[in-house]
Amino acid sequence: MRNFIVKRVLSIIPVLIIVSVVIFSVVHLTPGDPAASILGDEATAEDIAALRERMGLDKPVVEQYFVWMGNILHGDFGMSVAGNETVANLLKSHWEPTISLALFSTVIALGIAIPLGILAARNKGTAIDSGISALSLMGISFPSFLLGLFLMMVFAVKLKLLPVSGYKTLSDGFVPHIRSLVLPGIALGFMHSALLMRMTKASMLEVLNSDYVKMAKAKGVKEFLLVAKHAFRNALIPVITTVGQSIVGALAGAAVVESMFAIPGMGQLMVNSIGRRDYYVIQAIVLIIACINVLVNLLVDLLYGIADPRVRLS
Amino acid sequence: MAANTKALTLDIGLTRDKDESLKSIRSRLLKEQREIQMRKFLKNKMAVAGFIIIAVMLTLSIFAPVIAKCDPLALDMKSRLKGPSAAHWFGTDSMGRDLFARVLYGARISMFVGFSVGLTSGIAGMVIGLYACTNRYLDNILMRVCDGLKAIPSTLLAITLMTVLGADTKNVIIALIIVSTPGMARLARGSALVAREQTYVEAMRCLGASKTRILWSHIAPNILSPVIVQMTFVFASSIITEAALSFLGAGVPAPAPSWGNILNEGKNVIYNAWWMIVFPGAFTALSVLGLNLLGDGIRDVLDPLSK
Repeated sequence: MRNFIVKRVLSIIPVLIIVSVVIFSVVHLTPGDPAASILGDEATAEDIAALRERMGLDKPVVEQYFVWMGNILHGDFGMSVAGNETVANLLKSHWEPTISLALFSTVIALGIAIPLGILAARNKGTAIDSGISALSLMGISFPSFLLGLFLMMVFAVKLKLLPVSGYKTLSDGFVPHIRSLVLPGIALGFMHSALLMRMTKASMLEVLNSDYVKMAKAKGVKEFLLVAKHAFRNALIPVITTVGQSIVGALAGAAVVESMFAIPGMGQLMVNSIGRRDYYVIQAIVLIIACINVLVNLLVDLLYGIADPRVRLS
Repeated sequence: MAANTKALTLDIGLTRDKDESLKSIRSRLLKEQREIQMRKFLKNKMAVAGFIIIAVMLTLSIFAPVIAKCDPLALDMKSRLKGPSAAHWFGTDSMGRDLFARVLYGARISMFVGFSVGLTSGIAGMVIGLYACTNRYLDNILMRVCDGLKAIPSTLLAITLMTVLGADTKNVIIALIIVSTPGMARLARGSALVAREQTYVEAMRCLGASKTRILWSHIAPNILSPVIVQMTFVFASSIITEAALSFLGAGVPAPAPSWGNILNEGKNVIYNAWWMIVFPGAFTALSVLGLNLLGDGIRDVLDPLSK
């Protein structure tokens, strides 16, 4: 077990290095001068030269990378070009809504996917099964921003059930907080619930056909207990993998959904930075989410190894 | 039963005519295999539905100038934000432009972006994947870079690339190719590693075929199936990402009628113009649905073991 954990933890180091190199080179090695494009067309040559020096762009590329990496390891992500604010401070004031939204949308995805997945597996080949399949097909065909727009139009604009946009923190009260997260949460969670649903159904079917479940059935275990106690726990193991993906997917998808629902999170910060060409902000957010992705995958693999001993040995 | 008789005729077919050259036997067998696959595809109703949706979308986008009478960019300040009518089937937008024409020309952009990204990343991924499995060092370097690129969520990588490159249709295609190629290369490499161990490759090696010949005339055709299936899914995800980028103002620049642009304008008039969201939204979702169904269908036919 210890070998498995050590090996898996060490394996993320090269991936993290490559990720940082890729993100660095996307901004620094592309044609065109970042300093010139930040300052716009009216900038004088001196202004550009001054900014280049401040950003360290006049140094060799390899040196720039190590300086950049060293600063990041000390929590210094540079200065935002737009305001007089460090990127680290901007991130500090924007992370909370994004995390709330990502977790909430994952809860929604699981809340839809697991009951429906089990229902589909229990009723395989019936109308219920095909209905649920059609729903999951719809889920993967509606990108989150499109679903968000439709939900906004129907539930906020026409039916006036939920707020059109805006965000309430938990300190504004639990109910307003949840109400402000329902529509963006569903928009983000629905697509992942489609994937989770397929996964739950497939793994539930496999477990239900296994010998030990047949044995339990033969012993006369009640239908509900059979599914809830005997089958469900083992069927859930493969689903863990997909949950990790849906948390990361929600963090990444937040860029579009947050700016649509005016939620002041990292996603909105990133989208607002596109127009300003605020490279440091974008770089920092992408780097953080990519690292979260790598860490979540690590955690999922470790959990998988704990839950299913076969994985450890292979 | 039908499959059995088919197999029987194939067997008899092989020995039917002693004078038949090997080449013609091969081409006849290939033709028969294609017929079997075609029949299997046509039996799958969902796949046929997907094919029809995509065929209609492609026709609409190719013949957009003929079908839509109006210019998608022509302003008409007198008829702003009018609902669907006989003159404007899908209504008009906040500058009086005909929405039907804009949605059709939007299909042009989406189909063009999706198709070119799917095709290019498929070819690039295949070349990278094939060469990765010829050399261990090259394999290590290429696959580590692919892993690094894949660790960055694709929407975010696309947004970063678009910020650096600047909003432009050509740049959207470049960004999406960079985002989609690593997954394709990984897939191609995985399939090529399996194909490389097969007996027919060993036989070719014993016969003294060159490495390049084995790679391109024997391994490449055998990894084509999963790559083609993946190309369909990349086509679909590129349509989504292009629309999302344009929706955020980082994709196809503004006056051009891309679905993402129309939806972005639609969001601003969400209180009084439902048609600005429903029509472009339905076209986007339908295209993605069609491609997903088509991809699943092609996979069942070409790659029956992968499920």
